[in-house]
Amino acid sequence: MALKIDQDHARFRHIVRGRIRKNLRKYISKGELIGRKGKDRVSIPIPHIDIPRFRFSDQQKGGVGQGDGEPGDPVGQGQEQPGSGKAGQGEGEHSIEVDVSIDELAEILGEELELPDIEPKGESRLNQKHDKYTGIRRVGPESLKHFRRTYREALKRQIITGTFNPKNPVVIPTPGDKRYRSWKTTNEPVANAVILYMMDVSGSMGDEQKEIVRIESFWIDAWLSKQYEGLESRFIIHDSVAREVDRETFFSTRESGGTMISSAYKLCKNIIEADYPPTEWNIYPFHFSDGDNWSMDDTLACVEILKKDLIPWSNMFAYGQVESPYGSGQFIKDLREHFDQVPELVMCEIPNKDAIIGSIKEFLGKGH
Amino acid sequence: MSQFALKTRLPRYLRVEQERIQKVAEDFGLDFFPTIFEMVKYHQMDELAAFGGFPTRYPHWRFGMEYERLNKSSEYGLSRIYEMVINNNPSYAYLLEGNSLTDQRLVMAHVYGHVDFFKNNFTFRATDLDVMGQFVDPSQRSKDYDPNRKWIDKMANHGSRVSRHIDRYGVDKVESFVDHCLSLENLIDPRSPFRGRRAPRDESEQDEPVEVPRLKAKDYMENYINPEDYMQSQKEKLEAERERERRFPSEPQRDVLAFLLDNAPLEKWERDVVDIIRTEAYYFVPQYQTKIMNEGWASYWHSKMMTEKILSAAEIIDYADRNAGVLATSPGQLNPYKLGVELYRHIEDRWNRGQFGREWEECDNLDHKRSWDMQLGLGREKIFQVRCLYNDVTFIDEFLTEEFVAEHKLYTFGYSGRSGQFEIESRQFKEVKEKMLFQLTNSGNPIIEVIDANFKNRGELLLQHEHMGIDLQKDYAEAALEALCRCWKRPVGIVTTMDKKAVLLRYDGSEHSEQPYSASES
Repeated sequence: MALKIDQDHARFRHIVRGRIRKNLRKYISKGELIGRKGKDRVSIPIPHIDIPRFRFSDQQKGGVGQGDGEPGDPVGQGQEQPGSGKAGQGEGEHSIEVDVSIDELAEILGEELELPDIEPKGESRLNQKHDKYTGIRRVGPESLKHFRRTYREALKRQIITGTFNPKNPVVIPTPGDKRYRSWKTTNEPVANAVILYMMDVSGSMGDEQKEIVRIESFWIDAWLSKQYEGLESRFIIHDSVAREVDRETFFSTRESGGTMISSAYKLCKNIIEADYPPTEWNIYPFHFSDGDNWSMDDTLACVEILKKDLIPWSNMFAYGQVESPYGSGQFIKDLREHFDQVPELVMCEIPNKDAIIGSIKEFLGKGH
Repeated sequence: MSQFALKTRLPRYLRVEQERIQKVAEDFGLDFFPTIFEMVKYHQMDELAAFGGFPTRYPHWRFGMEYERLNKSSEYGLSRIYEMVINNNPSYAYLLEGNSLTDQRLVMAHVYGHVDFFKNNFTFRATDLDVMGQFVDPSQRSKDYDPNRKWIDKMANHGSRVSRHIDRYGVDKVESFVDHCLSLENLIDPRSPFRGRRAPRDESEQDEPVEVPRLKAKDYMENYINPEDYMQSQKEKLEAERERERRFPSEPQRDVLAFLLDNAPLEKWERDVVDIIRTEAYYFVPQYQTKIMNEGWASYWHSKMMTEKILSAAEIIDYADRNAGVLATSPGQLNPYKLGVELYRHIEDRWNRGQFGREWEECDNLDHKRSWDMQLGLGREKIFQVRCLYNDVTFIDEFLTEEFVAEHKLYTFGYSGRSGQFEIESRQFKEVKEKMLFQLTNSGNPIIEVIDANFKNRGELLLQHEHMGIDLQKDYAEAALEALCRCWKRPVGIVTTMDKKAVLLRYDGSEHSEQPYSASES
């Protein structure tokens, strides 16, 4: 049905895509739709253009809230103030919040960022045949006889024919009453994609940088697990040595000391060789660092591993460089130098949280 | 409109419901405009909501943006709007197709609360129109109150006016001018509809030369009684005063948009656009000024009507579930529905038990206060009076009590630089009330006035921000100055306080500057 709003809506989409009114683009921010997954609140980015007005700066503002808690306790940042309603909002709109599943979230994300579906690699989808007893049939081996169903049939027959005596309830099945279990063979997919997260945890990576990595990997997980029937994740942290850890450790560890990126790449290579033969697996290594490598020699070693093994094996190798006050950010420049025009290597700089959305699009937008 | 109304007529069973609920509302003493309910599909609801409740507005991308947000949330199942009503006479309210009967009943009961509020609260009198479709003086009210509030028509007319300008001057040109006007949309004076006309200035005395009155003295005493240097300084003082009067505007003017309409060198179509934006901004003012009171009032009545008269026993659970959703609170955010309804109940209870007046105020025996009950039964009457005569600021100022703040666990929160997040600051009554009033003042907008239209004698427009503890956000202020400059067509500036220093932010048409400011400079 055509709506009057369609024209305004089309106009807005054009502005967002940058086709018209380019001067407005600097006011485009990621507005948020807030969804909830269980207890967690998840925000879904939608484009929003702020009309600039004279207004108070946010951080000094604060407000009044309601509920339990002691002075000093943090409150959520739902900053909608009473009275400062958005312009143009009508009177008395009510709305309610609903839960969304992680799959739906991924779908929404995909739609918003216009991510292409991924073409899985080769014929290598791994399936495992699996038998499942789901039905009943009249013929079959005695070993699969379904006793309860058989006796029920016999009971029915006896009642119908009037041979059932409640005083002496003996039920004797005839061959026609016999029922057997039957099965179906289903193809159960086994995990056929693996994400290998690598993160630099050297002294220069602060909490904010880790938060960025955490959010980023949440969305990457959500998107890839929607694309593949089975997905495994492995986690590697490194400073000057690398080790494999579980998810919790990955996001909470803080080490100090130097950075040898090659150590992580070597470990990554070993894991792939041991567990994930590249002909059968879709492999996605993601590496996050502040780009401050120990030495040029080490960088060259990294380039070597990437060139020879990791990049040929992977569907895509993603490198995300977060900005930290201590890092030099040299690594991404070196990579760019050595890998000009290699589509499997995606590099992206992530200076702050607002850049996360853009980098997800960068990482996943190619559909490898 | 008629075509729109036809397509969305209520089905018969809901018309029966409407009659029943209207009767219940009348019996409770609610006094409302005729109310027309329309049944819409969810994307129509989103469209209406994006247009601020109106079926037609002027063409602008921001309605499209709002539509996208609403439409995405309803399609993804994140949230949906299930009730909307607009301040118009007759009032129009929309029901969402596919809602349960209990929901529709709840919405109707809620809507009658809103419409009663639209008709009776004094702030909404500012939206009454005269026959020409202009604002009228709201301090006059006749007995059979049936004001002209044909805002649906008015908004549609605005739409065709802007469309005409677009056809003539091109969409980009008109649209970007609308954007600029919207940047200045909050620079209006919410009090102005109630101030009446100002006395015209007395022009006659303007041109007489300045003369200092002399004391009578004999010739030989003249130099002692009226010494020359004293006379000279007096003369300078008077001239300075005259000068200040001659300054334009002679008094600071808060309605910046009106000031631009009267004085800026705008083209005809630009003037028309400014006028439209300003008119619509004034239309929405009462809704921002009474958010808590209005939602509270409607929620008070929907729960009263639903639980006492309308619901069957089988519907109670569904109703309670929905009602709980509407009144839910979350940290860092006050729910105006919840706050409003609880305050009305608090007032009703106090006036029922006679907890007001001097005797009550002066009583300092807590035990006595707790069991205070004079059985006056004045509560209902009082809240009906309150809904006429208050807005959110005066409502909170007068009826938010220390007991209420404690009982409802209100607190203030602020940004802590140390932890980098928002934290609870205080539960003290005085601070909670102060912060709340501050937020409601001028609907959360900074107070800004035109103080000089000929700044430095160069025809520059100077605004002043009345700083009350919170700085302006600088990048937004600069963008707003650009918009102002587009209208004024000369350099513009604003005096404000940043980091505890008085500064002048100035935009000369191509560059921004920030400089220290002292009042004597002009």
